[in-house]
Amino acid sequence: MSPTLFNSALALWLAGAVAGLAGFRRPEWARLAGFGLALLGSLAAALAGWMGIAEGAAEWNLPSAVPLFSWTVRLDPLSSYFNLALGVVSAAVSLYSFGYLRGNRGNTGVLVFFYNILLLSLALVFSASNAFFFLLAWEAMALAAYCLVVFEHEKAQTRRAGVLFLIMSHAGTGLLLTAFLLLASAAGSLDFSTFRAALSSLPEWEQGAVFVMFFLGFGVKAGIIPLHVWLPEAHPVAPSNVSALMSGIVLKTGIYGIARVCFDFFEAPPVWAGMLVLTAGVVSALVGVLYALMENDLKRLLAYSSIENIGIILIGFGASLMFQALGHPSLAAIALAAGLCHTLNHAVFKSLLFLGAGSVLHSTHTRNMEEMGGLIRRMPVTALCFLVGSIAISGLPPLNGFISEWLTYQALLAGFGTTLSLTRVMFPAAGALLALTAALAAACFVKAFGITFLALPRSPKAAEAREASLSMRAGMAVLAAACVALGLGATWFVPVLDPITRQAFGVDVSQALITANGLVLSAGSTRGGTVSTAGMALAFLALAALPALLWLAWGRHGRRATGPTWDCGLPGLTADNEYTATAFSKALRMIFSALFKPRREIQAEYEVSPYYPTAIRFESEIEPAFEKHFYDPLKLWILAMANRARAVQAGSIQAYLAYIFVTLIGLLLFGVRG
Amino acid sequence: MMERVLEGLVQLVLLLAVAPLLSGFIRTMKARLQMRRGPGVLQTYYELHKLLRKGMVIPDTASWLFSATPYILFVTTIAAGLMLPMVAAQAPLGIFGGALAVVYLLGLGRFFLALGGLDTGSSFGGLGSSREMTISALAEPAMMLAVFTVAIGANSTSLAEIARTAVAQEWRFLAPSQVLAFAALFVVLIAETGRIPVDNPATHLELTMIHEAMILEYSGPYLALIEWGASIKQLLLMVLLINCFWPFGLPAAWSATGALAGLAWLLFKLLLLACAVVLVETTNAKMRLFRVPELMAVAFTLGTLALVSTFLF
Repeated sequence: MSPTLFNSALALWLAGAVAGLAGFRRPEWARLAGFGLALLGSLAAALAGWMGIAEGAAEWNLPSAVPLFSWTVRLDPLSSYFNLALGVVSAAVSLYSFGYLRGNRGNTGVLVFFYNILLLSLALVFSASNAFFFLLAWEAMALAAYCLVVFEHEKAQTRRAGVLFLIMSHAGTGLLLTAFLLLASAAGSLDFSTFRAALSSLPEWEQGAVFVMFFLGFGVKAGIIPLHVWLPEAHPVAPSNVSALMSGIVLKTGIYGIARVCFDFFEAPPVWAGMLVLTAGVVSALVGVLYALMENDLKRLLAYSSIENIGIILIGFGASLMFQALGHPSLAAIALAAGLCHTLNHAVFKSLLFLGAGSVLHSTHTRNMEEMGGLIRRMPVTALCFLVGSIAISGLPPLNGFISEWLTYQALLAGFGTTLSLTRVMFPAAGALLALTAALAAACFVKAFGITFLALPRSPKAAEAREASLSMRAGMAVLAAACVALGLGATWFVPVLDPITRQAFGVDVSQALITANGLVLSAGSTRGGTVSTAGMALAFLALAALPALLWLAWGRHGRRATGPTWDCGLPGLTADNEYTATAFSKALRMIFSALFKPRREIQAEYEVSPYYPTAIRFESEIEPAFEKHFYDPLKLWILAMANRARAVQAGSIQAYLAYIFVTLIGLLLFGVRG
Repeated sequence: MMERVLEGLVQLVLLLAVAPLLSGFIRTMKARLQMRRGPGVLQTYYELHKLLRKGMVIPDTASWLFSATPYILFVTTIAAGLMLPMVAAQAPLGIFGGALAVVYLLGLGRFFLALGGLDTGSSFGGLGSSREMTISALAEPAMMLAVFTVAIGANSTSLAEIARTAVAQEWRFLAPSQVLAFAALFVVLIAETGRIPVDNPATHLELTMIHEAMILEYSGPYLALIEWGASIKQLLLMVLLINCFWPFGLPAAWSATGALAGLAWLLFKLLLLACAVVLVETTNAKMRLFRVPELMAVAFTLGTLALVSTFLF
């Protein structure tokens, strides 16, 4: 059943792309047809994914126009799981896009075309089972994403971000290409299914090299620190529905790649591989959330927070790899389930948050949080959905983020007993830093939600904001409902991961995890920790009777009046009295000043006395450490090398002919030797 | 089934009743140590009673979130309290979550409280929210390391399991890892309950307020719910500390006599711990805000040492 559904999803998206082209001159028509088809395709993909996980692997060829070459698609549980995430998120985003692009000034037809192409190529990336086909889909995805990122190309910032995205993406693809070529030459085939055997036949250091190249190559796309620099530039400048898709799903292609390599290509990866992934995860999570906290641009904040969540996913993967290497398959299954669970959860709540940010941007025309405020009254539904997303992403119970973080903690904690060597300290240390990350994420989203939606509007634009249109609200509501459902229904959801862990380690994760009427998740051993989000929700409901009783006993006599907030005796409270986004994160900026190196500049103009300034200019910035200390020197070095290379480009045709001749001789010699 | 419900109700009543008493006791003791007479031990009850009967003023800038916050804070704190072994190792809602769930439920309450502070639109609210989130973020890793240390010892994050392990090994609380973890968690307790040297529960001075700044605009029954919730949280953290490290006299399962004996022991140990808190509060001056991270770093180091010493000793 799932192959048929998957094929029809591909066909629907293709039709959507054609509709975009056909509607080049009729934007309204393109919008309705294009996103309608995208929505249908997404539903088909979600269904295909859902059924495909349970059905087991299915392999077939897509119709190929190239002779001697097959477009092999293979839906195994891992592929299907990512297709499920893709379908769920893109269905909600497509629904949202109906309203978001109404009356759009740019060319909607072009957007619709690339949007559908992006969905199509994403599904193919998740399902291709042939290295050549995979790279082709990978490239198509990168190019479609690029075209969507630079959709608003009239701004210079957007074009710069697009170029950076393209360069980084291709550097990553270069690494992937090399790794795939190494594997293919060992296997004598481009098929994924041959890679497992081929890899174990390689010498150890070559295996290591292949692993590192794959990890870095996919890491660029996933946004692992320090390969993340393109992400906070490219994600915010895209139209918000595209940002949602980029952070929700496109990043996950990197995660998919890492999962595919770690848990399929490699039979038994070495311990250091797991340690590498775990460390990268911890660093990405912590540094990502610290940078997110410093942002006042709502969409950049969300982009940095994506880096954090990718880090949390990788903590799960890294722990899983280490357990596998240490010979604990059931623990490896729990850790992998934690990572995969967070993959879907992050896809859901991050796209929800980006859609919320999009609604705010749509009605206030600014991404700067310092100009927002008070939107909870003007945009109640958007605010509620954003609040649900904020609670979920902060990992607070009983929503879905809590479940994946809980599973991660359990895996890390159990890891302490798996080995006697000093490496075991890594697990609780990672757990402690994960706790720090989660607490900082909560601070970050108190800031994001509180400054954007609460108190008084800080600008006329925010004061006149209007609620998002019906389809936009519907798109957000679907994702918010998914956050709640995945949180409360965790015990029903975790068994879905069974086929994946069975394929990877031969262990069902649900056997290790679910007890007591299927309502409670328990970790490993019978005495292990237990948790039940549904139980917590029930407890909340039951305990809600308590304040009600108190009110009946005492409170009903008291009057309830509204009055002005205490304004320190000033004439009336204005938005100027409010705490700003910059001020909110000031304490953490000072505490982590070693990382941020904050710089601020205050200029005051005065006539009589410095205590009565007539004008004040305030500037504050933090140092972009990775750009300054790594990428800028690298850029200069590349430019210098290019300058030197100019020496051989003398501009004389004779010299070029000589180069060609020498190269030819060299290649011939190489060919004869080989 | 009925017994389970009964146990839950007993613990619920204990949480609600003992928490204000504990706050009152700490206040009285503090006053005595400072050579003042101070309010009576029952003062917190009177205050709650007074606040619950009063009317309230809601800021006109605030949204529904401001009104929802006291309820959410109160309910989540009590839910966390029911997951805790109090007078018996078996916690009424222990199956719904262990140490991690307790920490994260308190986090949920804090999340809303910080939003409630921002919702008023005054700079005090934002100031309090920012500081509260900052300090709790810094306290979190130390707390987790301490929790991990005891959880690794018990091989479980279930608090009942942790308490049972501690009961079984009577003198374990003298092991270096336990002592260090206890010290780390004690520092976290000081920070999380807003006590001197981190925060001063008695101040309304704008430069030093943290918790009080966030709840400045709350009045009447809402303020009562928040104050009650805060005192329950304090009780909860103290009970956590006691029953994880020094659960001497804690019965393994619920029974009428066992629970009474457990309660007597618990009250006695709470008294001792409260005296320790009072001593710390009276002998220290409040720290500057930017010295607090150093204190948290000390707690983090203690936690790390605790963890490392679990396999050194």
